[in-house]
Amino acid sequence: MLAYLLRRLLYAIPILVGVNLLTFVLFFVVNSPDDMARMHIGVKRATPEAIERWKVERGYDKPMFINDAASGSARFTETLFFDKSLRMFALEFGRADDGRDIGQEIRERMGPSLAIALPTFVLSLVVSISFALLLVFFRATWLDFWGVVLCVAMMSISSLFYIIGGQWLVSKLWALVPISGYAPGLDAARFLVLPVLISVVAGIGSSARWYRTIFLEEISKDYVRTARAKGLSELAVLFRHVLRNALIPILTGVVVVIPLLFMGSLLVESFFAIPGLGSYTIDAINAQDFAVVRAMVFIGSVLYIVGLILTDISYTLADPRVRLQ
Amino acid sequence: MSMPMATTFGLQPVLLWTDALLFLLIGLGVLAALHARVQAPLREAWRKVGRRPAGMAAATVLLAFIAVGVLDSLHYRPLLAAVEAPKAIGERSAAVYSTEVLSVLDAMLAPLRLQTEKTYSAPFAWTLYQREPMETADGRQVRGYPRLAHGGAHLGEAPAAARAGDLVAGLAKALGQAAAAWLGIFLALATVVWRGSGHGWGEVATALLCGRTVLAWRAALVTLGVLLVVLALCVELAPRYHVLGTDKVGQDVLYLALKSVRTALVIGTLTTLVMMPFAVALGIAAGYLGGWVDDAVQYVYTVLNAIPGVLLIAAAVLMMQVVIDTHPEWFDTAAERSDARLLALCFILGITSWTGLARLLRGETLKLRELEYVQAARAFGVGTPAILRRHILPNLMHIVLIALVMDFSGLVLAEAVLSYVGIGVDPSTISFGTMINMARAELAREPMVWWSLAAAFVFMFVLVLAANLFADVVRDAFDPRRA
Repeated sequence: MLAYLLRRLLYAIPILVGVNLLTFVLFFVVNSPDDMARMHIGVKRATPEAIERWKVERGYDKPMFINDAASGSARFTETLFFDKSLRMFALEFGRADDGRDIGQEIRERMGPSLAIALPTFVLSLVVSISFALLLVFFRATWLDFWGVVLCVAMMSISSLFYIIGGQWLVSKLWALVPISGYAPGLDAARFLVLPVLISVVAGIGSSARWYRTIFLEEISKDYVRTARAKGLSELAVLFRHVLRNALIPILTGVVVVIPLLFMGSLLVESFFAIPGLGSYTIDAINAQDFAVVRAMVFIGSVLYIVGLILTDISYTLADPRVRLQ
Repeated sequence: MSMPMATTFGLQPVLLWTDALLFLLIGLGVLAALHARVQAPLREAWRKVGRRPAGMAAATVLLAFIAVGVLDSLHYRPLLAAVEAPKAIGERSAAVYSTEVLSVLDAMLAPLRLQTEKTYSAPFAWTLYQREPMETADGRQVRGYPRLAHGGAHLGEAPAAARAGDLVAGLAKALGQAAAAWLGIFLALATVVWRGSGHGWGEVATALLCGRTVLAWRAALVTLGVLLVVLALCVELAPRYHVLGTDKVGQDVLYLALKSVRTALVIGTLTTLVMMPFAVALGIAAGYLGGWVDDAVQYVYTVLNAIPGVLLIAAAVLMMQVVIDTHPEWFDTAAERSDARLLALCFILGITSWTGLARLLRGETLKLRELEYVQAARAFGVGTPAILRRHILPNLMHIVLIALVMDFSGLVLAEAVLSYVGIGVDPSTISFGTMINMARAELAREPMVWWSLAAAFVFMFVLVLAANLFADVVRDAFDPRRA
């Protein structure tokens, strides 16, 4: 198991290098730093001096891959590629356009993001699986049919509608919770109820339908018939046999997103003015702050790879037959 | 990035890139349909789709949306009236065309497009939604609701009383027209089904109405009836009223919603179309050839998967925006520029979404290459390209088709979110996302403005719901595991 994990970790390195190269090409080769500077300063005011100053301020004034002016190892370290790309492996993200340290910002914003993402994740898992089990319990009845219709209808509604409609209904019309905002500590709860609720409701349709298909596939297998033949009640069959055995496909889809919860949700955080990583990303996108977007891409891919490894480990926990080697 | 063609009839046809690809897709669809007619298994699968009421109803709705999208994809540049000065006989006038690119749909909806108001007005209103300072007959300044320039302008001095009668009359007329059109279509359909069925015409017509036909024609007819009523109502009332109100700058919301349909269709279909060649080629190569090719392809899609989709899209869109902004000389008109951005968005969405399809195709190819008939072909010395073409590719097409229809609804929803975030279509392109983006703060206004958001969400909901239902039926019919 340890050897397996070590191999997976080693395998992660080329993938991260690939991500790194891809983002570097996207951000520096497709568009030269000159283009970025011109866009940031505004085409009209972009004199060569202004562009040069912009680049020096942000450390974009170095050559791309090889610095001929320097000697020794500095030939390679005094370059854009080393500075902006390779340093990320040491989790040094540099500064955003407003001069703040990106790493510091990310550490501060992780908390609010998790405060929304974690309850959302747990609640939607519980609600969707319960709903799917309910539909499976009543399979091939009108309840199942209309439940599936409801799922399809719910997944056809734009997530923007859930957020805008929910905010309007709960916060404006019923005035139950504040429309948006955030407070540190326990005070945050009253700001978090609505976004969590809306995210859970918005996700039910597609996930409940997906779990239902998984359960239905499992329930048609022979061991389930055997369990029923032994005289087990339908509920015991569902929870003790079907749910346990359906865990593998469920884990495949679910565990990989757990680390990504750190990244927060772009839409929900920006609508509810939560100072998390999601709204940080959105602000960076709108302000065209490439340094922040680059940092988030890198962190996102690291977390994705962590998620893949966690998925493998979770298999061994859920199914004793699975051995990692 | 457009291909202006020969000038005719005082207008210059313009073929935008997305138009060309959309027509290519329709052409491929027609070819596939002709192919399916002669192939028994394919014909049977499509008949399975037709037997499901949900499939027929969804297909009817989708066809209506596609019709709107196609009409909106026939673009042209109108001749500028100002330069039509009289010329000597025989002299060819140097025609000057407007830089504004219009579509056939624009021409059909000319009243809606041109009759703009000053700002917000509610559906079927005859006044603006907000009070404004205005002058009474005796010269005093008061704050009141000014009359609209176009909506309800025919109602005269007592609009409240006149409107009720006008609406009822319009409704009755529209229902009559819809009923007549529906009856015509029903008679035509009954005759088509009757020919060669061996039953009496009356029998066939009753079977159609009672839903006893093999294909679920009744579901299609009912859906068509609803669509016809909506259409007739719009045709009847939209020239006189703003049926769905007007937005902040006074544009008709119904017009915006109809124009959004094309953007949604383009994103939903072209994304899959442009990524399909990559996904098919790489998926098959990885699955069939194995070895280092497999490793390389898997590496590429793991890298692409590792980057969170939204961020990759954001990064790519930001970069593309810089490229487009730094090269204004590439585009003749604003429409071409926003079209280029739309197409680029399709490519970017395609890059992030081809991995799923490629992985499915790779897995299926791995399974297929071990089957007896493929091994037999190899033993007979058939070359790899021939095996791929004759034995592998045709057996993968159902996966591609299922991916095409399954991805559609997700892409339409994604477009709205991306445009809302600011990394979607060009802000000048009318789409559901830009509509929602413009109306984002309207529910918080006092008094609340709900119609722009409602129109965008309802149109999107109907389109996505139809697409989801259709996708389910198609998957059930074509996926052998679900037989």
